[in-house]
Amino acid sequence: MKISSGTIRLIIPAASLALLLAAVFYMQPRAMSYTGLNLLFNLAVPIALATVAQMLIMAVNDLDLSMGAFVSFCACVTATFLQASPAIGVLIFLGAIAAYAVIGVVIHVRELPSIVVTLGMSFVWGGLAVLMLPSPGGEAPIWARWLMTSRPPFVPMAIVASIVIAAVTHFVIMRSSVGVLIRGIGGNVRSVERAGWSVIRIRAGTYALAGFFAVLSGITLVGLTTSADANIALRYTLLSIAGVILGGGEFVGGKVSPIGAVIGALTLTLAGSFLSFMRISPDWQIGAQGAILIVVLALRLFLNRLEKREKGR
Amino acid sequence: MPPHCPAQIIDDVFRMNEITARREMVAARGVKVTFGAVKALDGADLVIHCGECVGLVGHNGAGKSTIVNVINGSLNPHAGEVSYGGATAQHGISTARAKGVRCVFQELSLCPNLTVNENARVMHAELAGWNWRTRAVALVKQQLGEIFPGHGIDCDSTIDDLSIAERQMVEIAISFAGLNEKPKLVILDEPTSSLDAGLAAQLMAYIRKFVGEGGSVLLISHILGEILSTSDRIVVMKDGRVVADRSASEFSTRSLVEAMGNVVREQEWQRAVDKRDGAPVLAMPPRRGHGLAFQAHRGEMIGLAGLAGHGQTETLLDLYLSRNSNWWPARRKDIAFVAGDRSLNGIFPLWSILNNLSIASLGDISSRSIVDHDREGVLGNGWKKRIEIRTPDMENRILSLSGGNQQKVLFARALATTARIVLMDDPMRGVDVGTKQEVYDILRSEAATGRTFIWYSTEMDEIRLCDRVYVFREGAIVAELAGDEITEKNVLEASFSAGEAA
Repeated sequence: MKISSGTIRLIIPAASLALLLAAVFYMQPRAMSYTGLNLLFNLAVPIALATVAQMLIMAVNDLDLSMGAFVSFCACVTATFLQASPAIGVLIFLGAIAAYAVIGVVIHVRELPSIVVTLGMSFVWGGLAVLMLPSPGGEAPIWARWLMTSRPPFVPMAIVASIVIAAVTHFVIMRSSVGVLIRGIGGNVRSVERAGWSVIRIRAGTYALAGFFAVLSGITLVGLTTSADANIALRYTLLSIAGVILGGGEFVGGKVSPIGAVIGALTLTLAGSFLSFMRISPDWQIGAQGAILIVVLALRLFLNRLEKREKGR
Repeated sequence: MPPHCPAQIIDDVFRMNEITARREMVAARGVKVTFGAVKALDGADLVIHCGECVGLVGHNGAGKSTIVNVINGSLNPHAGEVSYGGATAQHGISTARAKGVRCVFQELSLCPNLTVNENARVMHAELAGWNWRTRAVALVKQQLGEIFPGHGIDCDSTIDDLSIAERQMVEIAISFAGLNEKPKLVILDEPTSSLDAGLAAQLMAYIRKFVGEGGSVLLISHILGEILSTSDRIVVMKDGRVVADRSASEFSTRSLVEAMGNVVREQEWQRAVDKRDGAPVLAMPPRRGHGLAFQAHRGEMIGLAGLAGHGQTETLLDLYLSRNSNWWPARRKDIAFVAGDRSLNGIFPLWSILNNLSIASLGDISSRSIVDHDREGVLGNGWKKRIEIRTPDMENRILSLSGGNQQKVLFARALATTARIVLMDDPMRGVDVGTKQEVYDILRSEAATGRTFIWYSTEMDEIRLCDRVYVFREGAIVAELAGDEITEKNVLEASFSAGEAA
């Protein structure tokens, strides 16, 4: 049977996650428990959601450099407005999602580079976040706290949430008509345009959907940390991009994989714990994390080249 | 397709008489489209009736693609009108699609990252609702089987994983497929460019069947055999106009080529004597193992001709890379390259004219890695006088110049270097006639001093300036013309193959 290129693209991230997990279990057998797994993967849930949001933007050949700032902003809203007066909080979130759609429209109509626009927006979101919470504080809404600390039987919450996120986004992006159109824009805009679709509406919708997942990321993050801070998620910008790429996505061409993206986010989270277990000093951890990224990406390039050679024959 | 047998000819004539009474499917009348100074369409008329296959032929820049884009709604004509089914409607892609117009483009227009059935979903908006995947697969499968029996394409595979021929087959099948109603007009732009002879014959047979059932087809191809055997009527375009529009049976390969060409113009210059002496300065074996080998000698002006996109630009790049490493550029370059797409890979839009000119010769005008501004100024002023760049000051921004003058700066950039070989990738696109003549003069005088020019051009007038011409077809050199053999007729004959698809 011929294996499709999509499956091949999923093998590497899955294999790297399994390998890292095996290494962690070898070094710290106690992690092989309900609590252990929950602790290992807890922080992966908001990262996975942010990664899915970033993946949507990347599916239409754009890049969102405001992801971290926007998730921080959402976290601040969650810890203040959404907790104090839920109605206003929800309104703010709806407005933020609409703003994302507008960003998509502006990028499309004015043919601006998404990197520039979102880099500019990152300061807007950051500024708004500081206005709301000049110093760390706020409080998580009870339901968000309950959601993130609940203990379902047999499988820890972090794993359940990851599977749900992967399944839902896989259905939306890979199976539904909307997903086909979103990825179609990444693959060949002119083709979609010539078939009579409104590219501008699809792009706006994609950005709004990405905004929605980023909002969820902010809420779940506060559910875990119980309070927020204007800079709480700044590193999510690069983490989410790395997660998409680790999970088999590409910067251009509409080649994305939601399951891969979630696995990528889990791998990135695990890499941090793995390095701690290795007793690598925190000074070196970021560098070591980068090294893991490079190894995985090199592996993928190698596989791609093999595939290409196979096809050339 | 077999050649016309007598019964079929009678049948054809019968059909021809019928056509006059037939409804028109699409009519474009008096259409004019201009891109800047270039008239892409200059009052062209094209009428396609229901139940006929119209063949459309013409050389580069004749306006074939432009009129296709007008009919499928992606281009708005500046003058003239387009009507579908006799009624003038609003113009646009969705109108054309609603009227049943489908288009298979020359370059692949599927989404390479999607599967076959997902591409069908993109192309057919009516495949909505649950379970569309199953219906899409059934639709494409049935259509593929109808056009290309025994194709063996898996409809769940990603387009990326298919071969070029398979992609083209899928695209054709998706365009001919119709869920609720069949398309009324299918435009095929070079549909057989990557199909082998067997598949091409299957497609041509299907076109006849489709037309027989009342559909219309507009067929564009450089394989004249296909056009002659499949079309009911052949339209020949030239310089944005329709120059011939007759029943296919009235044409032969020879008369088609003649219709595409010009009445022979008198040559107003003298070609130099054969310069092929000594070793070639640049040579390349046949591309992809077939066709003729390439050779260039000192002081020669060599033209690369043929239809656009048949491997000329790739050849230029290969020639360039044969003397220059891809990632460690040589210090002393003996090849200069004049890019065709000015704005994409020619000018530095934010720089001054002088900086744009001197960038390629910075090594010659600097000492110890510091650019000598006096020498740069001398170089700039020298070239400004020589090729008459119309500007008061070479320090002005490059964008302050007209397109033609920008192009002259790019020529000067290449000529100011010490390179003995200059490659040109159709550099005269969108340049006015006066400027062109000036540049031609410069090129000729430079060639006389021993420089070699290799010039890809889509314009026949420029091809006829060359000492020797290589004609390209399907990525390989298929003919070499020298001296007086370089006529429009010979070039056309070589670029359009007479037989079936290779």
